[in-house]
Amino acid sequence: MNLFIDQMINGISVGSVYALVALGYTMVYGIVKLINFAHGDIIMVSSYFLMVFLRKAGLPFPLAILLSVALSGALGAIVEKLAYKPLRGAPRINVLITAIGVSILLQNVFAWVFKQDNPASMPALLDGAINIGGVSISKISVLTILVSVILMVTLSLLIKYTKMGKAMRAVSEDSGAAALMGINVDTTVSATFIIGSALAAVAGVLFASTYRLINPFMGSDFGLKAFIAAVLGGIGIIPGAMIGGFIMGVVESLAKGYVSTIFADTIVFTILIVILIFKPSGLLGKNIKEKV
Amino acid sequence: MFFKKLISFLVAGVMVLSLASCGGGTEPGNTEEPSGDSGSEEIVIGFVGPLTGPVSIYGLAASEGAQLYFEQNPTILGKTVRLELLDDKHDTSEAVTAYNRLVGNMGATAIIGAVTSKPAIALSIEAAKKGTPVITPTGTAAEITTYGENIFRACFLDPYQGQTMADFAYDSLGNKNIAILFDSADDYSSGVAEAFEAAFTAKGGTIVANEAYTSGDTDFNAQLTKIKNENPDALFLPIYYSDVAMISTQAKAMGFSTQLLGIDGWDGVIDILDDVSAVEGAYFCNHYSTEDTSEEVQNFVTSYEEKYGSLPNSFAALGFDTAHVIADAIERAGSGDSAAIVEAIKTTELPVVTSKSPLKFDEGGDPIKGISIIKIVDGKHTLDTQSNPE
Repeated sequence: MNLFIDQMINGISVGSVYALVALGYTMVYGIVKLINFAHGDIIMVSSYFLMVFLRKAGLPFPLAILLSVALSGALGAIVEKLAYKPLRGAPRINVLITAIGVSILLQNVFAWVFKQDNPASMPALLDGAINIGGVSISKISVLTILVSVILMVTLSLLIKYTKMGKAMRAVSEDSGAAALMGINVDTTVSATFIIGSALAAVAGVLFASTYRLINPFMGSDFGLKAFIAAVLGGIGIIPGAMIGGFIMGVVESLAKGYVSTIFADTIVFTILIVILIFKPSGLLGKNIKEKV
Repeated sequence: MFFKKLISFLVAGVMVLSLASCGGGTEPGNTEEPSGDSGSEEIVIGFVGPLTGPVSIYGLAASEGAQLYFEQNPTILGKTVRLELLDDKHDTSEAVTAYNRLVGNMGATAIIGAVTSKPAIALSIEAAKKGTPVITPTGTAAEITTYGENIFRACFLDPYQGQTMADFAYDSLGNKNIAILFDSADDYSSGVAEAFEAAFTAKGGTIVANEAYTSGDTDFNAQLTKIKNENPDALFLPIYYSDVAMISTQAKAMGFSTQLLGIDGWDGVIDILDDVSAVEGAYFCNHYSTEDTSEEVQNFVTSYEEKYGSLPNSFAALGFDTAHVIADAIERAGSGDSAAIVEAIKTTELPVVTSKSPLKFDEGGDPIKGISIIKIVDGKHTLDTQSNPE
């Protein structure tokens, strides 16, 4: 029983980081119908910012975290302005290719700049484990789950109750009509990118503090799984990204724990394919018939 | 009319010439003629290894060892040695490209490389076709030397490491139940894991958990939880140091402390770990120890430290030894002829840094040499035991 609880906690902890990253994919997709492949690399960017602030500048943890999240959020918005906005009227495939290009660019620029720090080690944010009824959970897992849940609740409230949230929902429903109603579409899109990137940056901070070793290419693998989580939950739907992330994490962890560590990925992706056969638009997705 | 035609001819001619010069000028600064054999005053030795990327620590160290050797011994057969370093980024196709550039464009006489197993296999398959003498300083996968009689290695093999650690765990540490966590996507890791399991169960020990992950994974909590639940005497990690760093850190974070055992891929882990206590007390087998008091080792360690300002790891020592073997073989062959050098390498008997007994090669091109077991104490390597070849 303890083993099961342990594996569930492992799964929820990884899943909550998947969910944070998946939120960014899903928000951007919901608003500009773009799969932002550079999103996963924001995890890497924020980890490296954090490493620089802690190791090279010697800043204390809270300040370093704040700065790296802020800078990564800004970077997300800058990428949108420079790379995606000029292509807003272009066919979707062009923007998709641009996103892949941005991803490769970020990875290689960081690999070049941080030649000496590839891989780089990270100091501990939280060390040790806590023991609850014979189950020992590492403190960093607890923090990861708490932070993720708090951020997800905050984001949901933000989208439901603030003006900015209302604008986001309007733009995602029909950007043309939203513009006619006096909503500034550009600002709304920028805000989406900033929020999405900041969430990925928090994921990056948690990632770096959990695994304690970062490299310039770490974002693509993790980002891909988060993207799959977003698709699984129904891309463009915010609660879907959260559910998708948790399901991915837990299934992965249980597959490793109870079936086979060698075939864990095979099992996870088989489940994914089966779900998508029966619900092609994801778990929470609605089947929208396209008009011909 | 005639004039117009002449001009178009001239233009076409210029274009053809510029194309031709494009093809020939790909190597700025390396305009040597392809075969460095006859009459040239230089001997080119090629080096292939990961100089950038996640395992660059190996490639850089091995190249530094080789550079140090040729700095101390700058001539072979009265000719100046030029060591060309090429990066394979721990990638098979990059290794083959590097090999072709070295032999085809730069006229390399012999190759030191590749440093890591997967690229070394690819490079060997390519080199076997041409007969270039190749010595991998550090590629431990068994199959590397099977592709041709011109392929040698300076380090011991994967199965030997697995067997040594199994013997050590069972006989010296008295471990009866051991868990293994290995990288199923890596030949090196799965090769050692297999040999370890076979040797350990043959002795009467039990493998209580045999878990895997794939290269690139960062979360090992699921595997570690499973292993922890089996309560093993020791955990054997036949993997490279960056994964060791992540796994040992995660084990420590979840409050799982057990005896850790490793192999030569561990070399470098204490340099990269933020918190070295995660691997405190671990044992791993290695090619040599800087604490060895023999003259060969101490001379090497002192001169390396003078030049690079840090203690040489075993990859540096193997790079140094490989350069030594190649220089010795070319000297004895008396020319840059590939076949003669290969024959000379076969009859090598050299005192080297990475073995207590003089280094020799068996018929398969593998070395006959000893092994050292290192213990990590207070975040530093200490020599625990040292063995001679049987």
